[in-house]
Amino acid sequence: MTVPHPILVGPARGPVAMFSLIAAESAIFTIFVVAYIFYIGKSQTGPQPKDVLEAPIFYTLCLLSSSLTIHLAVKGLRKGRSRDFGIWWCATIVLGATFLFGTLSEWNRLIYRDGLTISTNLFGTTYYSLVGLHGFHVIVGLILLTAVMAFALSGNIRQQHAERLDVLSLYWHFVDTVWVVVFTVVYVIGR
Amino acid sequence: MSTESIAWRAPQAAARPLVDKLHEWVTTVDHKRLGILYITYALFFLIIGGIEATVLRIQLIRPHNHFVPPQVFNRMFTMHGTTMIFFVAMPVLFGFANYLVPLMIGARDMAFPRLNAFSFWMTAFGGLLLYFSLLGANGLYGAGNAPDVGWFAYAPLTSLAFSPGHSTDYWTLSLLVSGFGSIGTAINIIATILCMRCPGMTLEKMPLLAWLNLVMAGLVILAVSPLTAAQIMLLIDRYLGGHFFDTQAGGSAVMWMHFFWVFGHPEVYVLVIPAFAFASEIIPVFSRKAIFGYPVMVAATICIGFIGMSVWAHHMFTVGMSSSANTFFVLSTMAIAVPTGIKIFNWLATMWGGQIDFKTPMLFCVAFLFQFLIAGLTGIMLGSAPFDWQLGNSYFVVAHFHYVIVGGILFTLFGAFYYWFPKMSGRMYNEKLGRLHFWLFIIGFHLTFDFMHIPGILGMPRRIYTYEPGRGWDVWNLIVTIGVVFQAAGVLVFIGNLLWSYFRGELAGSDPWDAWTLEWSTSSPPPAYNFGSIPTVRSRRPLWDLKHPDDPDWKYE
Repeated sequence: MTVPHPILVGPARGPVAMFSLIAAESAIFTIFVVAYIFYIGKSQTGPQPKDVLEAPIFYTLCLLSSSLTIHLAVKGLRKGRSRDFGIWWCATIVLGATFLFGTLSEWNRLIYRDGLTISTNLFGTTYYSLVGLHGFHVIVGLILLTAVMAFALSGNIRQQHAERLDVLSLYWHFVDTVWVVVFTVVYVIGR
Repeated sequence: MSTESIAWRAPQAAARPLVDKLHEWVTTVDHKRLGILYITYALFFLIIGGIEATVLRIQLIRPHNHFVPPQVFNRMFTMHGTTMIFFVAMPVLFGFANYLVPLMIGARDMAFPRLNAFSFWMTAFGGLLLYFSLLGANGLYGAGNAPDVGWFAYAPLTSLAFSPGHSTDYWTLSLLVSGFGSIGTAINIIATILCMRCPGMTLEKMPLLAWLNLVMAGLVILAVSPLTAAQIMLLIDRYLGGHFFDTQAGGSAVMWMHFFWVFGHPEVYVLVIPAFAFASEIIPVFSRKAIFGYPVMVAATICIGFIGMSVWAHHMFTVGMSSSANTFFVLSTMAIAVPTGIKIFNWLATMWGGQIDFKTPMLFCVAFLFQFLIAGLTGIMLGSAPFDWQLGNSYFVVAHFHYVIVGGILFTLFGAFYYWFPKMSGRMYNEKLGRLHFWLFIIGFHLTFDFMHIPGILGMPRRIYTYEPGRGWDVWNLIVTIGVVFQAAGVLVFIGNLLWSYFRGELAGSDPWDAWTLEWSTSSPPPAYNFGSIPTVRSRRPLWDLKHPDDPDWKYE
C-alpha cells in the first residue's frame, strides 16, 4: 500500500520572523499608547497639548507615501528593473528623512519656544516617549535603507535579493502604520 | 526516515588545548551547544538563587532571628525572585527548546543560528549585570548595592527619592537586556517551527513539545514586550526626570502594576507550558501508549495562551479596582481552569491502562500531576476576589506560586533532565541516585511548601524580615525551613549524578527509552548536523513506524 507523502514546503523564514518581531514591537507600542491615552489631561502644569501641538500633515503624507515608494522599488527589483529600484529606493530614503526632519523641527520648536521637555509635565513625558519611540524606529529604518542603498551603488543588489528586501519593506510598512496610530492618538484624540 | 549518522571523529579531538575548546563554545552557533550553554548557565543561577532562598529561610526559622539585617533580607528576596524567574526558569526552558525543537522536527539547526547565539549572550549579559550590582551599584550614595525593591518593583519604591544609588538601575537594565534576548529566542523558535519542519511533518503531526513551545514563544513575544516597554518608562523616569509613575506630578503607581502584571501573569504560562511539554513527551513513553487526545491537548494549550493574556489583574485585587474589573478578572481566572483541567485528564487517560514504568523521569512527572493539581486549587482560592482580600500578600500566596513553580515546573524540569540526559551526554544517569534525588526533593518540597500555606492563613505577610513569637507562626516556619535541608540535599545529589554520569555513566545508545520522536533516531550525543539525511515522517510517532512496519501509526491517524 502506498501512502502519499505530503512534502511540506514551509513558509519563508524571513517574513515569519519579521511578523513575529512586528508583533513584539506592536506590544511595546501598545503599552506606550495606553499610557499616553490614560495620562491625557492629567498634567498638573502647562503647557497642554492644545496650546502647543499642531498636526504635521505634510510630514505625515511624506511618511505614508514612502510606503508606496518602497513597494514600487522592490517591485521594480523583482522584475529586474534596477533603475526603477534605485529611483524609488532613493525616494523612500528622502521621504523618511523629511519626516524625521519634521519631527526634529517640531521638537526644536516645543523645547525652545514652548519650554516643553520630557521632564516638564506628564504630557511632555508621554509625548516625547511615544513620538521618540516611533522616531527611533524611523532612524533604524533609515540606517537599514541607506545600507541597502550603499550595497546597490556598489552593484551588490541583484534580482534575487528582492525577497530579502521584502522583509525590510515589511518593517518599513510597520513603521508607517504605527505612525497612523501615533498621529491619531497624539494629534487627534490627545488634543 | 534516516537513522544513520556519518561516523567522523576529529583526528586530535583529545589533544586540542583547552583554549581552543572554550573558543569553540564561545563562538558556537550550533543549537545543541547553545541549548547546553543555556541549561548550564541556568543551573549555575539555580544554585545562587537557591542559596538566597536558604538565607531567607534561615532568617525566618524562629522569631526575632538576627541572621541577616533587614536591608540584606530585602535584597535577598528581590534577587531570589528575579534570578529564579529571569535567569533560571526562562533560560533553562529556552535551553531545552533550543536543544530539542530542531531535533524533534527533523531540522539541522534553528532558523537563525546567529540570532540564537546573540540571544543567549544577551541573556547571559543580563544575569551578569544583575549580579554586578553587588560591586557596582553603591555609587557615591552608600545607598546599598543589590536591588531591594522586590521582584515586581512596585512604584514608588523605584523612584529616585526612595531608591537612590544604582541598585534599581541594575535591576531594570538587566531585565531590559535579557528581555531582548528572550524576544530574539522566541522569534527564532516560531520561525524554526513554522519554516524548518522536515518533509511530512505537518502541524498536526508535530510532537506536542514543538506545539507547546510554539505557543510559549508566542506568549513570550506578547508578554515580555510590555515588560520591556515598562522598563523603558522606568528608565525615563529615573534618568530623564519623566513622570510616568510619579504620583506627585499626576502619574500613576497603579499603571506600573498593570504593566508589570500584563507581563507577569502570562510569564507563568511561558514557564508552565514548556513544563506541560515535557510531561506530554515523558508520560506517553513511560506508559507505553500514545498521548491521549492530541488535538485536544493542542487546543487546550492555545486556549491557555489566549486566556492567560487576560487574567493579569488577579494579582491586583487587594489594590482596589472597580467591582466590574474584579468580576472580569475573577471569571477569566476561573475560566483558565477548564483547559488546564482538560490537560490533566488527558495525561491521566494516557497513563490509564498503560504499562507504567516508574523510572526517575516518570516519578517526577507523576508528582507533577498531583502537585500541579493542588497548585491549581489554591489558585482558584486566590482567584476569588473576596478570598484574595483576606489572603493577598500573605505567605499563602508565596506557598501557592512556589507550588506552581517548584511543584509543577521544577519537577517536570527534573524529569526532563533525566529523560534527555542520555541524548545530550551519550551516557545514562545513575537510576539509584535519581530516585534518591526524587525522594529527598519530594519530602523537602512538601515539608516546605505544604506547611507554608498555614502561617499565610494565620496572617503572616510575605516579605517580612522577622516576626514576634506567640502568633502561632513559629512552629510552621521551623518546619518550612527544615524542608529546605532536604531540597538542598536533593539538588546536590542531582548535580552529583549529572557530573558523575557525564564522566562515568554507562553508554546510552541512541534510543535508551524505546521512544518515538525523531531526536532518538540520531546518535547520542547527536552529530553537529543532527541527521545524516533529512528524515521524512508520516505520523506523530515516526520511530514507532520504523520499529513496527507491520503496524504503523499512520494507518490510524
